[in-house]
Amino acid sequence: MSPLADVQTALMTAVGGRLRDGRIIRRKEFHCAASVADLPGLAECLRARFRAELVLMVAADRRSSGDGFHVHYLFAPHNENWLVHATVALPARDPALVSLATFHYPASRFEREIADLFGIPAAGHPDPRPLVRHGFWPEDYFPLRKDAGVRPFRDDGHPFPFQQVGGEGVYEIPVGPVHAGVIEPGHFRFSVVGETIIDMKSRLYFTHKGTEKLFEGRTPPEGVELAERISGDTTVGHALAYCQALEALAGVEIPARARYLRVVLLEMERLYNHIADFGMIANDTGFAAAHSHCFRIRERLLRLNKRLTGNRLLRGALVPGGLVRDVPTDLDLVSELEATLADFNEIVEITLSNTLVADRLEGTGHLTTQTARDHGVLGFVARASGLDIDARRDHPFAAYEELVFRVPVLESGDVKARTLVRVEEVHEAVGLIRQALERMGGGPLAMPLGPLPAFEPAFTLVEGWRGTIIHWVMADAAGRLERVKVLDPSFLNWRALSYALLKNIVPDFPLCNKSFNQSYSGNDL
Amino acid sequence: MTADLMMAAAQGLLALFLAPGVVGLVRWLKARLQNRRGAPPWQPYRELRKLFQKEVVVSRHASWLFHLAPFVVFASTLAVAVIVPVLAVPLLVDRIGDLLVVVYLLLLGTFFLALAGLDPGSAFGGMGASREVTVAALAEPTLAVAIFALARSAGSTNLGEIAARTTADPLSAVSPGHLLAFAALFIVMLAETGRLPVDNPATHLELTMIHEAMVLEYSGRYLALIEWAAALKFLVFFILLGNLFVPWGLARALTLEAVMTAVGVFAVKVVVLAVAVAVLETRVAKLRLFRVPELLSASFVLALLAVTSSFLLR
Repeated sequence: MSPLADVQTALMTAVGGRLRDGRIIRRKEFHCAASVADLPGLAECLRARFRAELVLMVAADRRSSGDGFHVHYLFAPHNENWLVHATVALPARDPALVSLATFHYPASRFEREIADLFGIPAAGHPDPRPLVRHGFWPEDYFPLRKDAGVRPFRDDGHPFPFQQVGGEGVYEIPVGPVHAGVIEPGHFRFSVVGETIIDMKSRLYFTHKGTEKLFEGRTPPEGVELAERISGDTTVGHALAYCQALEALAGVEIPARARYLRVVLLEMERLYNHIADFGMIANDTGFAAAHSHCFRIRERLLRLNKRLTGNRLLRGALVPGGLVRDVPTDLDLVSELEATLADFNEIVEITLSNTLVADRLEGTGHLTTQTARDHGVLGFVARASGLDIDARRDHPFAAYEELVFRVPVLESGDVKARTLVRVEEVHEAVGLIRQALERMGGGPLAMPLGPLPAFEPAFTLVEGWRGTIIHWVMADAAGRLERVKVLDPSFLNWRALSYALLKNIVPDFPLCNKSFNQSYSGNDL
Repeated sequence: MTADLMMAAAQGLLALFLAPGVVGLVRWLKARLQNRRGAPPWQPYRELRKLFQKEVVVSRHASWLFHLAPFVVFASTLAVAVIVPVLAVPLLVDRIGDLLVVVYLLLLGTFFLALAGLDPGSAFGGMGASREVTVAALAEPTLAVAIFALARSAGSTNLGEIAARTTADPLSAVSPGHLLAFAALFIVMLAETGRLPVDNPATHLELTMIHEAMVLEYSGRYLALIEWAAALKFLVFFILLGNLFVPWGLARALTLEAVMTAVGVFAVKVVVLAVAVAVLETRVAKLRLFRVPELLSASFVLALLAVTSSFLLR
């Protein structure tokens, strides 16, 4: 069982007994309230004693209930299944955090996001530049505050302060946000000597849609369609995280059949994305034959998705409490997938045995284990750089605890490693679907969600195909959504791309970028 | 004399109007090899028609050079197409240009394109121009030396003369000098016309482009001229490979029968080379940019060996 009692004692000692409302809920979560000043001590203790790091920061505007602002910190240990959820209350006037940015890099990103969206600055932040804000919002406009309303947008005339790189022969290549291909918008600023990249800064948030704000006021079932559209290629990942968070909040145990079918859907999503990615990586080396075959296989999978759920991108399948409808009985999914896998294996074999392709993949875009760890990188990017993390194993959800699978981890951290991790995961995904379908019994598909407790936080981790997705939810007194915080792995992985690029040449950027394939929409929200 | 000039003009025009179709053919073959249906081979003609109808958007930072370059590129490539032996040898125009004129007319086009890439001051144009010039600097000597190997055995730098001599002495076509020079020229063709493994003509990734990055600022009829010239340059290399090394089928006299045979044989040669390029482009991946010089120096060594062997094995 989880050492949560130890954690509780240690944290109490670390902050001199100033923790309030300490309680263990859902058997693996320790919730507590702390003061702003005590947080650095808390974070240090969690790292030093339990190897637990910050995985999420959520701000919430609670002024309507007379509470000012709340900021919640979620910590998770390495390879153990428990979480610490610490809440900090801030005054309604001049709220401010104490920055953890110099202690843990992801905190820097979360704090900048909170400063832009809530107007809560973090004291001592080393890099307080705007992150989400694009210079079109009024200076005092903080969209996630409850009273933000709608304000006219106008260019404030301050271009983004990009880091300048000087020296003889250094020049800048600005790329995007509009690209030659049909891809999402993002601006990349390269500082280059000859063809060698010495710095790359990305400026994202061109697709900021106010997703988290759009959740507010919806009923739990109405939030599913929004969660499915956070990132177009991660329908099940986000919808599942959203549904599980609500189920945790309501304290509902979903039926066994639904738990297994959720595994099937999540792995189907992993399959079609990984296989498409493999093709696109090959295409970026100029090996277009593999690309067209991978897209043929992807099409086959999308048609299977359609037969499974009625939607090629698996939309409309999940609902808080279970599944909307059962899978068709006349579909032999396992043999279909095994044929697909054999097909894919042949293409992998042909592609990777091509020496020109291999030469492009090996050693390109090297992300060291240390950099990956420092940036809190998630998903296959982390596993390709030697970090053994996978929420399916570390924080089991759905039916993963009952299924056998391997988590592929490679050390080399280059484009090739990120490609091979995907190939391995494709194999594991087919195995997982086979096991889930074999073990799945009959029974109901969904449970009623029941009433949601008001102003209580709940959250879950889901290993989507791109990496760990976290949804954090809170309901209001009427049972509608008060606040939903979404973390797509892209939020932490994008920054690591800049480091993977260092000392690579400009023409290899698209290949590195494709090997990461992070979501713009999921990052920008 | 008049017949000669008309023939020269006719074969120049033939090359000009055939060129987009050859590019389309290679694209279509590649699509079939990749299990795609692909656009029909005449798609490039439609694209040219579309581009000629579109307005030209020019950066306000561009100078007269930007407006001049498409015409220089188009004219110089067309001039090459008139000089090289397409259907008949020897023609009077052969005297206007020999292999050195061909090589440096092609280089003139590249030079102006590179200048035009730099001219508007966009990051991509400069990047593309720098890469194009790097490739050109390594490819042009190989081109000159490879054809020089032929000139050595023919005793003339006149292209028509080279073709005529090889026809007269069929065994020389399989001499080591010829074979090595052919290999060298084939690699140069891939590099000079922006083909895999040097450049990827199908990519949309602006950061990996060489030729496409350089002409990224062009639009409308300027782009049409550049695209057409690029297609023509591709065909010119086919002509050099097909008619200098395997000159059989070229009309030796301007009779209708000989010319019709020449047209037929020429079509076969073009299709064979198109298939070769399409298969090669499907089999290989794009080289890492810094590996391109290695490939080109290999081709230069081949060309140099070709010249050496033409001295040693005469």
